[in-house]
Amino acid sequence: MIITRTEADTVAGIESARADFPILSRPVRGRPLVYLDSGASAQKPQVVIDAESTVYSTQYANIHRGLYYLSERATEAYEAARRTVQRFLNAKHAHEIIFTRNTTEAINLVAASYGRKFLEPGDEIVLTGFEHHSNIVPWQLLREERGVVIKVAPVSDNGEVPLEAITGLFGPRTRLVSVAHMSNVLGTILPVAEIVRAAHAVGARVLVDGAQAVSHLPVDVQALDVDFYAFSGHKIYGPSGIGALYGREDLLNAMPPYQGGGDMIATVRFEKSTWAPLPHKFEAGPPAIAQGPALAAALDYVSGIGMARIARHEADLLEYATRQLSAVEGVHIVGTAPEKGAVISFVIDDVHPHDIAQILDNAGVAIRAGHHCAQPLMQRFDLPATARASFGLYNNRADVDALVAAVRKVKEMFGA
Amino acid sequence: MSDDLRDLYQEVILDHGRHPRNRRMIEDANHFAHGENPLCGDQLTVFLKVGPDGVIKDVSFEGRGCAISTASASLMTEVIVGKTEAEAQKLFEDFHAMATGGEAHSGDEFEDEIDRLTVLAGVRDYPVRVKCATLAWHTLAAAIKDEQKVTTE
Repeated sequence: MIITRTEADTVAGIESARADFPILSRPVRGRPLVYLDSGASAQKPQVVIDAESTVYSTQYANIHRGLYYLSERATEAYEAARRTVQRFLNAKHAHEIIFTRNTTEAINLVAASYGRKFLEPGDEIVLTGFEHHSNIVPWQLLREERGVVIKVAPVSDNGEVPLEAITGLFGPRTRLVSVAHMSNVLGTILPVAEIVRAAHAVGARVLVDGAQAVSHLPVDVQALDVDFYAFSGHKIYGPSGIGALYGREDLLNAMPPYQGGGDMIATVRFEKSTWAPLPHKFEAGPPAIAQGPALAAALDYVSGIGMARIARHEADLLEYATRQLSAVEGVHIVGTAPEKGAVISFVIDDVHPHDIAQILDNAGVAIRAGHHCAQPLMQRFDLPATARASFGLYNNRADVDALVAAVRKVKEMFGA
Repeated sequence: MSDDLRDLYQEVILDHGRHPRNRRMIEDANHFAHGENPLCGDQLTVFLKVGPDGVIKDVSFEGRGCAISTASASLMTEVIVGKTEAEAQKLFEDFHAMATGGEAHSGDEFEDEIDRLTVLAGVRDYPVRVKCATLAWHTLAAAIKDEQKVTTE
């Protein structure tokens, strides 16, 4: 993305948002914290911390059952949160939003419910080579049970999965395409709308793992025309323990329940029970009562700043960080797709990523090192692991400078 | 570099990490095991050639990992060669105790060996890195017992 002068100035206004995150002002190992692991989990603004705390201090009770004031208030706040998620993703109906624990559970829900009911032995599921384990293993479990076939679209050397690599796998048995909107390792952003159009043309459904994408770019499930979209609260500055699955109303209605228990039933008899209507059919047991409103607070917070503005700010940071890191001899960036979110995986010649992360930590710079729950991708690039710096709306160029200075220290220490 | 980082990455570790000793395959090994640290994906194979008297005649490893795990494997091969399997097992327990901040069990029996390995004691302040330092040793113990696969989990 090209940043014009005026845009950069507008985006610069985002800098004040950093002050909304209390944890960013605490020192780590005697130095100011440079948090570059938002791809694993993002920090929380005060409004989110307050929202969760407010539930507990003023309106906490179990929801969907009490006939008393507090339970009514808690139920109202929880259901208001569902409408906030609906607006955030631009879903047609609030009952198309199913609250889950996280993206992982949302994908498992689709695999267990949609997969078991609608997929037959020999039916094909198309994934890409850069999927997170949470968008690989649920399908493997389904393969063991139902005999479905998993096809994998290969990742190119620069980290892209071209549209044709995905559509080239389509055939008469293709039933489902399940792909990450944005790779958690490479940052690659997939052309979801085009993938959906091609998939629908052959009668396949599309599930999008939005765990990484939702915090980096505007998402409109109707414009994308996806059948399912999954994301986690904790990666978009919200609480952990809550996520959501968007599902098209007709599909969700046709699918059997995922888990059984309280809340998801209409009537229970030992002979036969009947299910509650959407969305409750898929929400057995007490949910994340206090986290619902806190998630809504997080979505309101980023919407207040503007997802497009966040995307511009991060594009600027990504461009700056890519330039600065590439200038260090021996540093190699893994994943250089033109359509890329604010994540940089890198390796340094002759230094293991674990050692990089350890030395960076000593400089107060928090990054992730490892396989990032994407072992097949590591194998694809013949790497045991990578170091990964991932950016959020609160990061700035000073964070990048601290990262690069610490990387130079690593090289000095290892003589690399 | 701060002092605590220097404790973790002592010169000996950087040296063994860069130039590991006995990183090779033993063609006629009679014990081996494959070790894996699922947290970071590090993999390592330990080869042993044990004589009929139970003495370890040759020991080596293959694999790639961080400086700590590579240095630990390298140092391990140096102190283990010439020991019996039973002694190697005891040394593993002593090393494990050192890496996790516990007490050694065998008293002064392996004083020299433990002295050589103290460069790795810094990991005890970094819980995540303890597994890096002990991976080779867990794999060695598995090789002795002929368990061909082990993970640090």
